[in-house]
Amino acid sequence: MTKKELTKDPLNLIITGVGGQGNVMISLIIGNAFVREGFLVTVGETYGASQRGGPVMSHMRISKEIQYSPFIPDGCADIILGMEPVETLRMLGKYGNPNVITIINPRPIYSIDVTGGHAQYPDLNKLIETVKELSSQTWLINATEEAQKMGSHMFANAILIGALIGSGVLPLDKKSIEPVLRETFPKEIETNLVAFNKGIKLVKT
Amino acid sequence: MANIEINAPGTSQLFIGNEAIARGALEAGIGFAAAYPGTPSSEILGSLAQVAKKMGIYAEWSINEMVAMEAAAGASFAGIRALAAMKQNGINVVSDFLANLVMSGTGKGGLVLVSCDDPSAISSSNEQDTRPIAKWLDIPLVEPGDFQEAKDMTKWLFDLAEELGTLCILRSVTRIAHARGNVKLGELPTKQHKAHFDQIHDLKNVMPTTFMPLPSSLRHFFLHMKLDKAREKFESSPFNRYVGPDKADLLIITGGSCWLYSQDAIEALKLRDRVGILKLGTLWPLPERFVTEHLNKSDKVLFVEEIDPFLERSVMELAGNFPPNALRPTFYGKRSGHINAYGELNPDMVIKAVSTILGLTYQARDVAYSKKSEALVKSTVPERSMTFCAGCPHRATFWAIKNALKLDGRDGFVTGDIGCYSLALGPAGFFQVRTMHCMGGGAGVANGLGKLGQFGFDQPVIAVVGDSTFYHATIPALINGIYNQSKFILVILDNSATAMTGFQPHPGTGMTAMGEPTKAVSMEALCHALGAHVEVCDPFDLKGTTATLLKMMAEDSGAKVAIMRRQCELIRAKKEKSPYNVRVDVEKCIGEDCGCDRLCTRIFLCPGLVWDKKAGKSRIDEVICSGCGVCVDVCPQGAIIREAA
Repeated sequence: MTKKELTKDPLNLIITGVGGQGNVMISLIIGNAFVREGFLVTVGETYGASQRGGPVMSHMRISKEIQYSPFIPDGCADIILGMEPVETLRMLGKYGNPNVITIINPRPIYSIDVTGGHAQYPDLNKLIETVKELSSQTWLINATEEAQKMGSHMFANAILIGALIGSGVLPLDKKSIEPVLRETFPKEIETNLVAFNKGIKLVKT
Repeated sequence: MANIEINAPGTSQLFIGNEAIARGALEAGIGFAAAYPGTPSSEILGSLAQVAKKMGIYAEWSINEMVAMEAAAGASFAGIRALAAMKQNGINVVSDFLANLVMSGTGKGGLVLVSCDDPSAISSSNEQDTRPIAKWLDIPLVEPGDFQEAKDMTKWLFDLAEELGTLCILRSVTRIAHARGNVKLGELPTKQHKAHFDQIHDLKNVMPTTFMPLPSSLRHFFLHMKLDKAREKFESSPFNRYVGPDKADLLIITGGSCWLYSQDAIEALKLRDRVGILKLGTLWPLPERFVTEHLNKSDKVLFVEEIDPFLERSVMELAGNFPPNALRPTFYGKRSGHINAYGELNPDMVIKAVSTILGLTYQARDVAYSKKSEALVKSTVPERSMTFCAGCPHRATFWAIKNALKLDGRDGFVTGDIGCYSLALGPAGFFQVRTMHCMGGGAGVANGLGKLGQFGFDQPVIAVVGDSTFYHATIPALINGIYNQSKFILVILDNSATAMTGFQPHPGTGMTAMGEPTKAVSMEALCHALGAHVEVCDPFDLKGTTATLLKMMAEDSGAKVAIMRRQCELIRAKKEKSPYNVRVDVEKCIGEDCGCDRLCTRIFLCPGLVWDKKAGKSRIDEVICSGCGVCVDVCPQGAIIREAA
């Protein structure tokens, strides 16, 4: 096995979306892969009542030296994986900086505030432009759309994990993720692997 | 949940703090574990129950925290190491038993209570601190500072509890209990458990055995001897340590997750050679010599802790006993306003406190970027309020309650309780719930309201409780309502699980924590036996449910029970496909012109139904919609169509 190095220590990764989308699952898969490669990993998650349709985020701190706290300090995210567009922008406002790298699934999920007429969902194209403006690098991955083509929006998570790995922003490769995917989705592993590989392909085109 | 019985000593696993605590209990050789679910503590018993059969131990979801603690004490009395786990509020429920248990002492099996606090009340109705309760009840308390310690400390605490013969508390907070980190595994014991309740008093023993008849004040004296012994052990505990220079510009005294925040702050500010951290793990009784030795590291001391100023007060009390001419550092913390006296902390708050005291400036990111990104979020990012899941039976129930109360016309209202349905304080449940306190509290409050007729009170009162909450703490309030003829309706939201905390089974489900079928305690049979008028409704039948509630409100008799029976959507969705394909007929939907004030999207607020502003029509979001079909009965235009899937 080649020795895997961090570009920065600690490396701070945020996974964000809406309660029910599966951000905990993604953080668990990435986190487990890092622990198996010998890293110290801390993951903090939104949980409990905020999972019921509220904004959710996982903070992941990866280090060779220190067991960091489960909170990334403000302005200190290195990578943001956004499963929903406005939630991605919400994270950039608090944790972004000129060097942050963003991977974004552009499928909106409307909040009850928007549906009920108490808030406005911004224009999607403008929103994505803003995310690009606030990031040093942005990948747009139509994960939900691609997953629906595969039969279920649930495969969006494996596509996004594929995109995250394929982008090369983490010192992890296919080999470090695949065994964890197999343990996490023993029943639907084949489709999830197809989705994972699709994510890798999408990020590279 | 992770597999906590993996037999691979020396390997690192990614565990949440709760799993680490459960693994520590396994490594300590526990035989018995009991708990009532409560965020952020639930996965301790959950992960133990998952491996209980294989490990030859017993694990149960108890009806409430009181019974969990008493049952665990029973096991201890018969020589079995036992654990009870609960959230912060659980310790309130158990406190009467604890106040007596400390006097009797435990049995030959070490007994540990794990109490998980929830600073900022992220998933709680209140914010409270277990540490002063331990002090008040004379119970030794320790708190892990990371995930590895959560495991190691639990194992160590069983040895200590057994040696002292008294209950010990492991306190944890959300950001340890529910965060994940590295845990290096130890050995799992292979010892067989043998239980026996020893009835012979050992009169030669200096410490009284558990059931020797003795005056309570004498037992209190012996308890203080145990605490002195605990303090002595704590003086050399490996869970207390100092990290930093010999002479520091500032000394931080901290423990628990705040140790991690303090460490983050020192790294962010690059102050390793200027600021020292005294990280404490054994918090009560305070290891006074150890703390005193380290107080001279600096003339400035900052206490970094969440909720109550527990360490701050303990150390100031200690310093108050120093000789008159002794040097005392300047203390910073909650009293000085440098650390918030409420809510949870984070690295940024510690960075701010340290920077203020040392006169430093800290800038995490480019100022122009900060201004721009914050302004963009403010101007473009919409709010995202919490709501019931698509297909949740509670939304339908509160819709029926709202309509029934309106039709009744006497300004009726709802007293609430603890669970997902607490969301009915807000728009998700149409602001129907008016009071919320503790488990069972809503029914108790309704008892009083229902007896105010002689003072001209005519408002119908509905108390809502979840199914698990009904068994936990509501039955005495219902009996009281029947006995004293208090006029209210107890609505039991029976979704067949303790949904809020992760779908744990309860006495009504017919399933044990270890996955064995058991005798279900039927809530309607129980209520019938108590003499209540009982109705069972399907909340998805909006019309029928509304009519039943309206009829019950008109009755003049005492406490009545309406059971809303419909499985939690998140459980149903795991087992079966959606019952319906739901769509909006764009021809029939008249959008904003609807005389119903856009009932479906403006009022009913199911996240599966969205408003297509451009088209001026409602639309189903196929990613969110669960296919329950309830909205079909909400639309007065008949524009929402459900077809069998």
